[in-house]
Amino acid sequence: MTHAHVTSTGLDSRKLAFWTFIGSECLLFGSLISTYLVYKGRSVRGPTPHEILNIPVTSVSTFDLLMSSLAMVLALAAVARGDRVWARVWLAATAFLGLVFLGFQAYEFTSFVHEGLTITTNLFGSTFFTLTGFHGGHVAVGVVWLLTLLVRSFQGKLGPDKALNVEIAGLYWHFVDVVWIVIFTVVYLLQ
Amino acid sequence: MAEHVAPAAGARSGIWSWITTTDHKRIGILYGVTAFVFFLIGGLEALLIRLQLASSQNDLVSAETFNQLFTMHGTTMVFLAVMPLSAAFFNYIVPLQIGARDVAFPRLNAFSYWVFLFGGLFLNASFIAGPILGADSLSVAPDAGWFGYANLTSRAYSPGFNVDFWVLGLQVLGIASLAAGFNFIVTIVNLRAPGMRLMRLPVFTWMTLVTQFLVVTAFPVITIGLVFLMFDRFFGTNFYQVSAGGDLLLWQHLFWLFGHPEVYILILPPMGIVSEVLPTFSRKPLFGYAVVVYSGLLIGVMGWGVWSHHMFSVGLGPIPDSVFAGTTMLIAIPTGVKIFNWLATMWGGQLRFTTAMLFALGFIAMFVIGGLSGVMHASPPADLQQTDTYFVVAHIHYVLFGGAIQGIFAGIYYWWPKMTGRLMNERLGKTHFWLGFVGMNLAFFPMHFIGLLGMPRRIYTYGPELGLDSLNLVSTIGALLIGVSILVFAANAWWSLRHGETAGNDPWGAPSLEWTISSPPPAYNFSVIPEVVSRLPRWSRTQMRAIPDVPPEPVHVPGGSFWPVIAALGIGVLATGALLHTLWVVLAGAAVLVVAIYAWAFEPFEV
Amino acid sequence: MVSDQDAASQHAHPGTGTYLAVAAVLTIITLVEVGVFYVPAFKAVLAPVLITLSATKFALVVMFYMHLKSDSKLFTLIFSLPLLLALGVAIALLFLYGAFVRG
Ligand SMILES: [Cu+2]
Repeated sequence: MTHAHVTSTGLDSRKLAFWTFIGSECLLFGSLISTYLVYKGRSVRGPTPHEILNIPVTSVSTFDLLMSSLAMVLALAAVARGDRVWARVWLAATAFLGLVFLGFQAYEFTSFVHEGLTITTNLFGSTFFTLTGFHGGHVAVGVVWLLTLLVRSFQGKLGPDKALNVEIAGLYWHFVDVVWIVIFTVVYLLQ
Repeated sequence: MAEHVAPAAGARSGIWSWITTTDHKRIGILYGVTAFVFFLIGGLEALLIRLQLASSQNDLVSAETFNQLFTMHGTTMVFLAVMPLSAAFFNYIVPLQIGARDVAFPRLNAFSYWVFLFGGLFLNASFIAGPILGADSLSVAPDAGWFGYANLTSRAYSPGFNVDFWVLGLQVLGIASLAAGFNFIVTIVNLRAPGMRLMRLPVFTWMTLVTQFLVVTAFPVITIGLVFLMFDRFFGTNFYQVSAGGDLLLWQHLFWLFGHPEVYILILPPMGIVSEVLPTFSRKPLFGYAVVVYSGLLIGVMGWGVWSHHMFSVGLGPIPDSVFAGTTMLIAIPTGVKIFNWLATMWGGQLRFTTAMLFALGFIAMFVIGGLSGVMHASPPADLQQTDTYFVVAHIHYVLFGGAIQGIFAGIYYWWPKMTGRLMNERLGKTHFWLGFVGMNLAFFPMHFIGLLGMPRRIYTYGPELGLDSLNLVSTIGALLIGVSILVFAANAWWSLRHGETAGNDPWGAPSLEWTISSPPPAYNFSVIPEVVSRLPRWSRTQMRAIPDVPPEPVHVPGGSFWPVIAALGIGVLATGALLHTLWVVLAGAAVLVVAIYAWAFEPFEV
Repeated sequence: MVSDQDAASQHAHPGTGTYLAVAAVLTIITLVEVGVFYVPAFKAVLAPVLITLSATKFALVVMFYMHLKSDSKLFTLIFSLPLLLALGVAIALLFLYGAFVRG
């Protein structure tokens, strides 16, 4: 697992597998987003999206997630050049920004519930909570993954030879970010 | 030779060595044996269905049992028999055909198998789980049909555990398929021996690659469809609730968006097998290799644009109906191209009618019939007449039994000597083929008429005034004949393992790489990694360097790992917890899964 | 067969400057998106404008942060084929559900 094999394409097998996985995830989120769209405006009772969606707050959390992607690429660059201190700083920053995003989502979900929108209230509630919940679940997995890398770094086991491990975690993190880019536009701005 | 196997020899016997194995050949055998057992179970369900329908007003089984039988028959044959039987060949044959020592991720491969096994056991446990779950009946097996149309599957109309077993079982099986999909795409792209360019890949390996692309793209769609259904049933969401504005057709769209690519997931691997068997027993290279490969790729892409032909009767409107009728008729072209390539391969060849060859020929003949009836209901007006009748049942059985299963049997007879080192009995093999061939046509051909004369599918009995008693009886007799043919096959396998003639490296004079090594192959497959210089290494004038029997230098063979089976167990526990609506069981399953993933990630394991 | 040297060259990732520039552009686009959302004058062209902006963000992250611009074309292929399928499915479903029918 540690030594790189020479492969037919010269590409690392794990990275290739991970891109295949991301391709597969496109269809997963594609199905969720399509469902949200075809069910838009079909709810027989409220609350409706523009009664309840909070654009200013979500804009901030969107910005937060975009910045976490920046922190992620900087973490990868630091690991690749063997800069342990900055690797830890940026990994911790990425995980922290991910947690902040989850905090925003928790705030959003609870305030919606207070305003009378749950996953069972109407079609909007079902599709909204399922779509954003799936995304939030992905963010949570990413945070755990990043914290694992951070621990490995503190154990001194995240040298430049392990840059690929960080790169793959990064691919996951950025993909979760681009999914949010789509969700922010489709769910929040295009009401 | 033994000394070179030594590093892993201690670990290569006994039950634990099978449970922890990461050897693609052993995993292939596990897939094959398990899937065959499920195939027998699915076959028994089919026989019960046919016995019930042998005469009008029959009461062999109750209506409720009948619903369970046809639901589990379809689900089992698609997900637990045909797919994993193909997976047995992906596992065993693909690494050998590309000159690799294993798949890209051996532990992930083991994980796929165990998840598949637990998913299959979970689904079938529903037959006896009633008393434990406090139900009135012994069996709480899924009963809403293999395509589980909403809102038959909603809590309101299916309050019991039946549909829960189905939803959770399919989710679990999806994980197994997806994991295997990633693994084999990377294996085929990245683990080819030097000189094994893409356009030198054997057609079976090519079709495996296309199939896995379909798996990793189509399975997420049904996963989401099932998640919606699960949420509707468990948490009261509104996805398939008409009263809340939900649309029942959403399920049909999501299911068939998966379902039609799934048809190609089922049929492309057998097409690949036939493309290996026909050239070998015609002693001629496959006619138009590149065309066969490209038509396979084209089918893989076009297979995504035809799904609504399963929904003509719901009234999508003239424009969607015309579009999907058009794409469906178009996709018959690359399929037809393959048929002509196979026929042209045999033209002027030195034909040898071995059992494998007979099954390959049977595949072509039966698949043409199934394909033609398929093109018939590509036309919406014809489909309105045929849909939900036995005509469609006839069609899918010509495609999936006459096609997929016969193709798989061609593969079994062809590669059995490679896997076991022994030949099968040709006389028993031909008995198996002819019994099955006659039985199949007796069973399924009358269904065309039964359907056109008006008998709907999925009814547990029918009145004598329909006048279909004798046709149904013929069909039942055919099904029994198929059953007998499978027994002959089992006897053949048993006989071969004990008394079969030793096969040698290459009993057929076949062209591809897997026949250059001993049968069965050693743990490391190739003593030296072959250097491929042509598409048909064993038939080409430019000979590749011979592969020595004894490795010139010690070969590293990866050891086993416990973590794949434990991770799979975690998923099984998780599904059971969800079934029981018991949070602590869910959490326990998730905990086992997480521990196994971390242990797996940090386990020293050299590929 | 590609040598180790070639394999190493696939890690020629862009530098910190590029990363920061991309982040700046992403931030600006997000600000514009939210701005456009609140300006009534854009009401008529809101959908095309927002979709273009969000697609630009998507492309920037994928090309620079996920390195597809400098990495092997095979990764681009393996990602874009399913992405296009997902897009096609979404458009087809919206069509089937009458989203593109006016009135
Ligand atoms: Cu179809």
